[in-house]
Amino acid sequence: MSTADASLPPISRNTRLFAIGALAVAATAFAVITFGGLGENLVYYWNPTDLKANASKAVGATIRLGGLVAPGTIDFDGTNRLAFSVTDGKEQVLVKATGVPPAMFRENIGVVVEGTMTTEGHFTSSRLMVSHDNEYRVPEDGKPVDTEALFKSVLAAEENQ
Amino acid sequence: MIAYLGQTLVLLALLSAAAGSVLAFTAGVRHSEDALRWTRRLVYAFAALMIGANLLMEFALLTHDFSVSYVAQVGSRATPTWVTIVSLWSSLEGSILFWGAVLGLYLAAATWWSRNRHPEVMPWALGTMLACAVFFSFLIAGPANPFHHVANPLADGPGANPLLQNHLLMVIHPPTLYLGYVGMTVPFAFAVAALMGGRLGPDLLKSLRLWLLVPWAFLTMGIVLGGWWAYEVLGWGGYWAWDPVENASLLPWLTATAAVHSILVVERKGLLKGWTVTLVLSTFLLTILGTFMTRSGVFNSVHSFTQSDIGPTFLGFLAFGLIFSVLLLAARMSLLESDGRIEDVKSRETFFLVQNLIFVALTFTVLIGTVFPLIVEAVKGVQISVGEPYFNRMALPLGVALLFVMGVGPALPWGKATKAEALRALVPPAASGLVLALVAFVFGVRSTWLLLTLFAGGYTLQVTIKEMFLPVQRRLASGRGSAGQAFGSLLGAGRRRFGAYVAHLGVVMVFIAIGVSSTQKVTHETTLPEGASTQLGAYTLTYLGSEERVEPHRRATVAKVALSKGGERITVLEPRMNHYFTRREPIGTPAVHTTLLGDVYLSMMSIDDQGRLGLRAFLEPMVVWLWIGTAVIVLGAALAMWPRGSTSRVTARAAAPATTEEAAT
Repeated sequence: MSTADASLPPISRNTRLFAIGALAVAATAFAVITFGGLGENLVYYWNPTDLKANASKAVGATIRLGGLVAPGTIDFDGTNRLAFSVTDGKEQVLVKATGVPPAMFRENIGVVVEGTMTTEGHFTSSRLMVSHDNEYRVPEDGKPVDTEALFKSVLAAEENQ
Repeated sequence: MIAYLGQTLVLLALLSAAAGSVLAFTAGVRHSEDALRWTRRLVYAFAALMIGANLLMEFALLTHDFSVSYVAQVGSRATPTWVTIVSLWSSLEGSILFWGAVLGLYLAAATWWSRNRHPEVMPWALGTMLACAVFFSFLIAGPANPFHHVANPLADGPGANPLLQNHLLMVIHPPTLYLGYVGMTVPFAFAVAALMGGRLGPDLLKSLRLWLLVPWAFLTMGIVLGGWWAYEVLGWGGYWAWDPVENASLLPWLTATAAVHSILVVERKGLLKGWTVTLVLSTFLLTILGTFMTRSGVFNSVHSFTQSDIGPTFLGFLAFGLIFSVLLLAARMSLLESDGRIEDVKSRETFFLVQNLIFVALTFTVLIGTVFPLIVEAVKGVQISVGEPYFNRMALPLGVALLFVMGVGPALPWGKATKAEALRALVPPAASGLVLALVAFVFGVRSTWLLLTLFAGGYTLQVTIKEMFLPVQRRLASGRGSAGQAFGSLLGAGRRRFGAYVAHLGVVMVFIAIGVSSTQKVTHETTLPEGASTQLGAYTLTYLGSEERVEPHRRATVAKVALSKGGERITVLEPRMNHYFTRREPIGTPAVHTTLLGDVYLSMMSIDDQGRLGLRAFLEPMVVWLWIGTAVIVLGAALAMWPRGSTSRVTARAAAPATTEEAAT
């Protein structure tokens, strides 16, 4: 057991400087890495219209693209390659996915695909989430899809897919 | 009828807690023995009323009394009895009610345990505990009341969320987590008492340590059980996704783990008193933040089945707790003076401090990543989230550093060490680290981080085992007593120390399991017609066909997939898709073949109209060591916290005065 401060030899100047310096360096590095890491690893929640509007930063960014599976666009090779288009009623984006589509996957169902935009102009994804809700049917002509509600519904069940 | 009786019980509990809290603080100011005695009685009354209210709810659930609002919400005549029993915590109102019972149990137990200990600070501790009890019973009585009376009850209800009915782990995961979360109220109260009393003496420190370790062990178990449940049920082949709700449970665990260690430094060196108290206060606040995030539906996640409007109430309590803690720390922390200081960098206490700083860095990392999307959404109205790569990238180096420090710290002595002593302690364990990393390299592992993890793991393993049996070695070397007696002392006088190293052993297992399973996982997705096979690593998977099974509350589509290796059939796995009659969407249940080296994990995606199976298959190496390692950690914690019996203390003292913890560590 150590006793009160008074009985200890004084802390050497070097030790103190070393400790303060090390702490300052560590704290700064930590802050830089943390906020840098945050900025690089954001996931954007976009519908096809948002995606078109942000085309410049879409390539390489992690995006969760939400919308409906456009009718007549599903193309499945029978094993694990899947292509279809996602629409929000205004814009449409071609999605190429690897993997087996989940049981509920069909035309006009709400989906969220996670992936990124390629330079060839299609969206590539390895994660497909399907809405379990009845509410997200094809909207009447001219009405946009409520993608915000779609995100909530799909992501609530996301880990189940 | 039951609804009104339930409401009465909850209101009486609220009354007991409120009266008790006021009485306790009065006792603190006036130093009144009588008031303190009555406070204790009110704690017991609160506990009894809360437990009574829970039993009443169970009764209502089991008798399908749909005139009680909570039963109408989660009950169903079609569900099996075990589901009915556990649906007490399957939804928001019920889980808060259950929380009340757990809180009652903890408060009563802590009050009983400390009935003859540190009486000078007990009024503050009891008053704080009861103030928290006031908040929760208010929540149950008002915003989250499960005992509303339903005027025209239906004949049947929708039943609990099918995800929750899908696996037995769901029965134990939430209560374990609650035992962790709620239990943090007690160390919080002791920390407040230390600040109010201006002293963190040995008695109070002992109470703080015990009542922190108990919920810490439950929290550890609860977090891992949650991962295990996700792994066994959700079908995406993982156990951790940095989901906001998972993070919510991890945050208080990080600060609590730091505190469990810094308490040792307070005990041994009289250092870090204010720091420890701050960690304990933060832990409690983080449990409240966690509950808020889990229960208010601010996040989209698998847990958001419990959306409700209790958010503002929780946020209010959180804000109050935060302001109270900060003010209390500002006013009183200077009273908790250090009895010394760190004398040498090459000492065990230095590395306790380093370990604590890493834990705090991890806490900030996870906290920032978790709440950042909320802030962006509130400020800019843009919906974003922080991806897993952020968390992995941040947690990986910190985690490896932590694993390494776990070896370096215990290898060094307390106080001072000469350069030669330090080198003698620090160099040899590198052998085990190098061997482990080399073996992995020979087997084809090229991931730098995994190799580093294995090196740190091996290093720490060697230190841990050496330290674990150091008392035995010393006893045998000194020639006192037999080998049996020497080993017996590990469970006697040295049990606390031994338990701590057992827990470290478990941590090494968990780290290595995480490192290997996250870097060496194999994923394969394909579509198989009946009779077709596919290759997964060394295994061959053959789709044998599917069948329909009807159970009272669900219908299941079961795929039969034969698993063989080297032409020999090992087993037939049955991933399935469950259709609950009360829900529209199907819920998949994966099939897992577990071995000590790795799991084969099959998840059914779909069966199409031509009868082809959409299959997602994973090879998950070493995952089982996560669960084994956690069991070892909890065993270690149990050994370390179990109160020493008077007999073992006497014999140990008589037999080996030199081999107490003091001398051995």
